[in-house]
Amino acid sequence: MYASGTESLIKQARDIREEELQKFYSRISRLLHNKDYGLETIDSLQRLYLIVSSTKYGRTLPQDVLEKLQSLLCSPSTSEQLQALSSAILRESLPFDVEGLSVDFQDGRTVSYVATVTLTQARKKEEVCTLLHRLLRCLEPRQPEGQVSRHLLPILSKAMSLLPEILTEDHINLVSKKLVDWLWYTNIQQGAFLYSGGFFTGPRNRQPAPVTEVDGEVAADFFTVLCVGQNYTEDQWMSMYAFSMIRKWLLCYNSDGSGNADAAQHKKVLFSESVHHDDRSEVDGSVVSIISTSSTASRLLLPKERLREKAFEYCHRLIEQSDRKALKKSDTELQKACMIEAVTVMDIICREDPSFVYRAFPYVKALYGRVRRDLAYSRVLLPIAQFYLNHSETAAVDSEAVFRELFSIVPSEQFQEPMLAFEFTQFCRANVTVLSESVALYRQSFPNLFKFLAWNSPALISEYVELLPSLLVPENAIEILHSLLDLPCLTAAIDIQLRSPLSPRSDKFFLDQSVKVSSSMEAFRHPSYRGMFLYILRTEAGTGDTIDRLNGLHEILSDVADCPRVVQCAQTVPVLLNIFFNIVAQFGNKKLINQLVLVLLERSGLLFNIKNYKTEVQRVFSSHFLVLCKLQPSLIVEWSKELLDFTGTTGNISSKENLYTHVVWAIGEYLSVSYDKRCTVERITLFFETLEAVLFEITQVRQSASPPRFSPKVITMLMSTLAKLASRSQDLIPRVSLFLSKMRSFACSAPVTSCYSEEDIEEILTRANELINLLKLPSVAQFVLAPSQQGTSPRWHRDTNTCLPLAMRALSEVLQKGNDLLPA
Amino acid sequence: AMVHSFLIHTLCPVGALSCTESRVLYSRVFGADLTQTGPAGDREQESEARRLLQKEQLAVVARRQVRSVCALQREAAGRPGLHETGAVLGEEEAALQEADSGVLRLAEGDPFPREHTVVWLGVQALGFVLVCEAHENLLLAEGTLRSLARHCLEHLRLLGTGSEVLLKADRIEVLLHRLLPHGQLLFLNHRFKHSLDKELGACLAR
Repeated sequence: MYASGTESLIKQARDIREEELQKFYSRISRLLHNKDYGLETIDSLQRLYLIVSSTKYGRTLPQDVLEKLQSLLCSPSTSEQLQALSSAILRESLPFDVEGLSVDFQDGRTVSYVATVTLTQARKKEEVCTLLHRLLRCLEPRQPEGQVSRHLLPILSKAMSLLPEILTEDHINLVSKKLVDWLWYTNIQQGAFLYSGGFFTGPRNRQPAPVTEVDGEVAADFFTVLCVGQNYTEDQWMSMYAFSMIRKWLLCYNSDGSGNADAAQHKKVLFSESVHHDDRSEVDGSVVSIISTSSTASRLLLPKERLREKAFEYCHRLIEQSDRKALKKSDTELQKACMIEAVTVMDIICREDPSFVYRAFPYVKALYGRVRRDLAYSRVLLPIAQFYLNHSETAAVDSEAVFRELFSIVPSEQFQEPMLAFEFTQFCRANVTVLSESVALYRQSFPNLFKFLAWNSPALISEYVELLPSLLVPENAIEILHSLLDLPCLTAAIDIQLRSPLSPRSDKFFLDQSVKVSSSMEAFRHPSYRGMFLYILRTEAGTGDTIDRLNGLHEILSDVADCPRVVQCAQTVPVLLNIFFNIVAQFGNKKLINQLVLVLLERSGLLFNIKNYKTEVQRVFSSHFLVLCKLQPSLIVEWSKELLDFTGTTGNISSKENLYTHVVWAIGEYLSVSYDKRCTVERITLFFETLEAVLFEITQVRQSASPPRFSPKVITMLMSTLAKLASRSQDLIPRVSLFLSKMRSFACSAPVTSCYSEEDIEEILTRANELINLLKLPSVAQFVLAPSQQGTSPRWHRDTNTCLPLAMRALSEVLQKGNDLLPA
Repeated sequence: AMVHSFLIHTLCPVGALSCTESRVLYSRVFGADLTQTGPAGDREQESEARRLLQKEQLAVVARRQVRSVCALQREAAGRPGLHETGAVLGEEEAALQEADSGVLRLAEGDPFPREHTVVWLGVQALGFVLVCEAHENLLLAEGTLRSLARHCLEHLRLLGTGSEVLLKADRIEVLLHRLLPHGQLLFLNHRFKHSLDKELGACLAR
């Protein structure tokens, strides 16, 4: 498909020598001069395009080639292929002067190819202005040619999207009127279809037949993009283009205050002017519409108002047409796109003029009734929900059912649809404030919303980074934390659910209780795991809690732990956890912070066993544990028992080293009367003894012992913390000093020297030495080792070299110099 | 409803490039961004800078966004990496059926000043991409992209050696001129499509 030959073409085009290139230019110049438009010219121009387009830096064409390409482009008699080539080359190369292009606006195709160059190469607003104004002149009713080429509308659409402000109120009114004509007054007969009859009858015109609906019935009302004909007339094409651009147009110019600054001033003048225009779209009645009975035909409307009115009716008709059973599959898809567009356009109109809300609701409601519960139409629900969100209050319509459908049903049934997932999250992003403030179901459904993320995590992570804060309140924080931690389990569960050949609703779904479960798929169908899967797959917050048996769930899902989708999901969790903790810290809720610390200790070991997952999560836990302690230092006292259990378990060193060292650091830092009056000598001693026992256990030197499986940082951290605690309860000083003095035999033992580097050993010994010296002066030690109340971020301890405040190092050096003076 | 740009780029590792790179084979930006015009300076220099910026922005979309998301999606779905699955000339419909597709958001400033939405289609080793304005009818964009990709596969014989994507870019121009004129997404029912297909057939047969 992409062969190496193709790659070498790019290389050749990029590396072409100047001399060769000049020769190539003159060949092209000669060919064009001779008006030779044969294969050789085409082939050369195709190569020229490759040469000018494949480099990052533009190539400058010789003046004569440039001029010849310009005149080739601008001549209506040039074949489309050559026009396409010359416009492509001119777009990509230098230099360019768009004013050098002169074009006859009669020929739509030529105008269009020239415009591609003008719109890309334009460097000044005026250049686009000139083009736009010439285009608009073609639309004026007094233009002789009458018919406007269908190529012009997309140019207009693009130009105005580049520079919406250059249209004056006059222009806006002019285009509005034309759009009404194309949307509303388009011929409903099929285009003339010339076909050569039999040999004797000769060519004849078939009697024009009316266009049909997508289901083959004769069109029931005015022409829309959902009308089918063998051939289309020029105005039917225009109608299609007009509808295609109507949303953008209304967004830009719907508002009565839009357009240029003196719009309001213009308005009056234009209104009186428009009355005199002999324009068929001024007065209603030339086409009787069956469904437009409510239109305000009796009053003359401003062009913008008329356009709103007609666009609204058009959308109404589209919604009705979308209910027809299309004969062609591609038309079914178009119907869906039309429903989305129609509801969106109605929404735009209603936002500008709320009087439309009452007319629109019955249609939107009816559409909702048709598409709800039909999975094929889920994406249509989003603009409908948007409409309800924007207007249900005005119309006093109950929107509960729509949001229930959207949040409770759609995510759990359609999480595997990437497009829907994206649009769903965009809908949430766009409305995040109103959803989180006034749609209770939004936050309530977070477990369901997480299904999109669990399935499409790489594509959606940035969306959820934005959404997570809106889902999170102090009341659901703990549950969200558990859900985030179990997100990879959710991925595994929905994957199993999707692969399961039987639905849980089926009679045969559940296996016999006595069956021994050997795979996650069997577990999914086993009654004894039902509760767990129901919990993981829950659609709303607060239903069920099986944390006690999470280990069992992790175990049974272990056969899918290395499946790529699960691994990808696991990689996104730390990102979200960071956001989670940052927000929770902002809540500053004391009770919540206390609870979180407990969950953090508990869940640090209770995680789905995915490669690197535990380590990454613990890393996040570690840094945020310190933040939480800083916010709420007394939690060290409140969770004394749990922290003693955690730090007293030497197994935690090998399985959660990072978190372990952070917890130990926090104990040394925050177990102090300066934070909490309850830090009695007894309590400090209790912590001291627990940590002392741990340090003793891990530094026991036996010849047969295997090398330590933890980093030297654990040792230095324990030593420092013991010293800190001793400085606050000075009876402990002799004990810790004695202990520290024995560190040399540990650090120099064979198993240790075999696995720690020389610097590491040096670090341990220096630290021990520093601490011993410091503790010789208890009052100094108390000052140096006291908690750093301000100025120091809790992160500095991470770096081994700055494990203690700089003050300590400085003092230690002073002390060491005066070592001889100190009492032994 | 407007499209900012259309590109065709590689999803497979390419000769001289590292495996996380991507080669943009065709790109078309519909209209310059005039909001970025600086003070009137040397026109040529300005054009040059604009062109460079545009090329780099599109390369970012291809490489960092689409290629990597497509690779992750294929990995998640258990499909064989970014290599070819084996559909050959004449099996365009099958190749499209198997194509991966997705949509992503380009945040404000990365790489375009305003937020955009990318709709992509991964057909074997090639990515087809529409960079759309932020609030776009994505269902319509998706349909348009599929139809563009199908025409490109057929008219440029991309399931063959694939060199025509470079040497017959005029064909892509003609396709875009009909199916996505100036970046305008069109609501085409099957008869409108049929008419355009006929026009295209006549124009590209030569």
